[in-house]
Amino acid sequence: MSAPLYFQTIAGLSAQLAAGRISSVELTQSVIARTKVVEPRVHAFNSFDEPDALTQAAASDVRRAAGESRGPLDGIPVGLKDVIAVSGQPLTASSKMLANFVSPYDATATENLQRAGAVLHGRLNCDEFAMGSSTENSAFGPAHNPWDLTRTPGGSSGGSAAALASGAAIATLGSDTGGSIRQPAALCGLVGLKPTYGLISRYGLIAYASSLDQIGPFARTVEDAAIMLGAIAGHDPRDSTSFKTEIPDYRAELKNRRGPWKLGIPKEYFGAGLDPEVGAAVEKAIAFYKSLGCEIREVSLPHTQYCLDAYYVIATAEASSNLARYDGIRYGHRSKEAKNILDVYQHSRAEGFGDEVKRRIILGTYVLSSGFYDAYYLRAQKVRTLIRQDFLSAYREVDALVTPTSPIPAFKLGEKSADPLAMYLCDIYTIGVNLAGLPALSLPCGFTASGLPIGLQLIGQPFREADLLATAHAYEQAHDWSKRRPAL
Amino acid sequence: MSHPADLNIDRIAELSRLALTPEEKARFSAQLGSVLGHIEQLAKVDVAGVEPTAHAFPLHNVWAIDVAQPGLAVADALRNAPSQRDNMIVVPKVVE
Repeated sequence: MSAPLYFQTIAGLSAQLAAGRISSVELTQSVIARTKVVEPRVHAFNSFDEPDALTQAAASDVRRAAGESRGPLDGIPVGLKDVIAVSGQPLTASSKMLANFVSPYDATATENLQRAGAVLHGRLNCDEFAMGSSTENSAFGPAHNPWDLTRTPGGSSGGSAAALASGAAIATLGSDTGGSIRQPAALCGLVGLKPTYGLISRYGLIAYASSLDQIGPFARTVEDAAIMLGAIAGHDPRDSTSFKTEIPDYRAELKNRRGPWKLGIPKEYFGAGLDPEVGAAVEKAIAFYKSLGCEIREVSLPHTQYCLDAYYVIATAEASSNLARYDGIRYGHRSKEAKNILDVYQHSRAEGFGDEVKRRIILGTYVLSSGFYDAYYLRAQKVRTLIRQDFLSAYREVDALVTPTSPIPAFKLGEKSADPLAMYLCDIYTIGVNLAGLPALSLPCGFTASGLPIGLQLIGQPFREADLLATAHAYEQAHDWSKRRPAL
Repeated sequence: MSHPADLNIDRIAELSRLALTPEEKARFSAQLGSVLGHIEQLAKVDVAGVEPTAHAFPLHNVWAIDVAQPGLAVADALRNAPSQRDNMIVVPKVVE
């Protein structure tokens, strides 16, 4: 018996759509019905527009009937993290500050998905302004992990992961500033890709830390991730950090780029704090690559221990600057308490932002303040140079790096929410990649004895996503972790 | 490097334009103290002669063609304004 439509892949569904065996309306109805069943328990969505999704699906079916299908994503329901703008739809960043905000324009990633014919389906829950590792910082309540509803799906793009894992979407987009796509992908048993900085336009993405933020896909398989990446990648004149580079056919390249690859194992990523079951699953994956004929070489990224510190200086500094725009004047929450203009700023921000956002604004303001700039911000930027050089030197020896994605599997909701530092440590294996601007993905590489997914992280070279995806594809072809679905 | 105790929460809250309650000030000071304690590690790195990185792949002189593009219509631009009148955003009086 084949899986219900809502649990199938883009690749499989697009073939059925092309053959006329199913329609986009049927598929979208299947996903909507499933969403209604699981959403009360999973809380992956901030908002959902059923008539709009069905209108898009019907338009896709009309195109297909007229012989004008736009490719593999045409008619496929795709959910967006609620930090990516869709014209005419709510855009909240899971914050009270933007609780009533309706986007007046589309993000470039949104336009690109529409151009590919995707049915844009719902805005997904996340940590407020993408700050967090558990979705517990959402002003609208946390998302739950479909594999164990008492646990977090990860964060910050937890809703994007939870929706896909529970069958409430066929693929989703998230954003990744320090691991916010890869960690939830790992915790929910999905493929999650953070592309090279500059490959995907950030136009229409609510800014957290602009030198680190990058949009990327969640998918059930590496092939689906390749299809999604192909749809959203490319230069955009509206983002001045967008890179002009040739975009290969990522899906076709999965078959063209074969190993064996030289794989580096950074010894700093296998130290204290790594859960033994996670470590064992990653070791098995490394052994698999060796059995493929890959050369496995231990490498060192000596500045790894400083990644977290550099990140929390740079990211919060950028956040304090980016979030200065929420002043209660032109849009967003305005305090009713305010009597003068300073009150408008101070009370609107105090009422509109949650604790973690306030903490990061304060930390960022502090590290940028007069007298501390050199000691914190400038120094962190120099350490960032050294972190980046570590990776680039490793790539003189190897093609890609293999590490765990998260040191631990999904943790209980509430377990770390009172201790920001403990929460920050969830990102120790993912953060360096953002500082260095590299592409990296997480793919399922096993389950714990208690049935929680484990993620393997592959870190690639700048703008070589095709090689990265092919390396992941080789593993996925020989394992069936990606075929498992949570019982929900 | 300065000590975490230097985090003058009143001053930083003021610079951040955040009206924090006394309870928030106490809690955030304690929590950020432990984060800053961790960040102090950066002082151990030898950064002599190292250039700072602001962007992993810096692009320079990114120009847009100097041609007027259609922008948001007034109604769209004001759609999310907390208070508006006659196509303008209403704010509290700023001069007496």
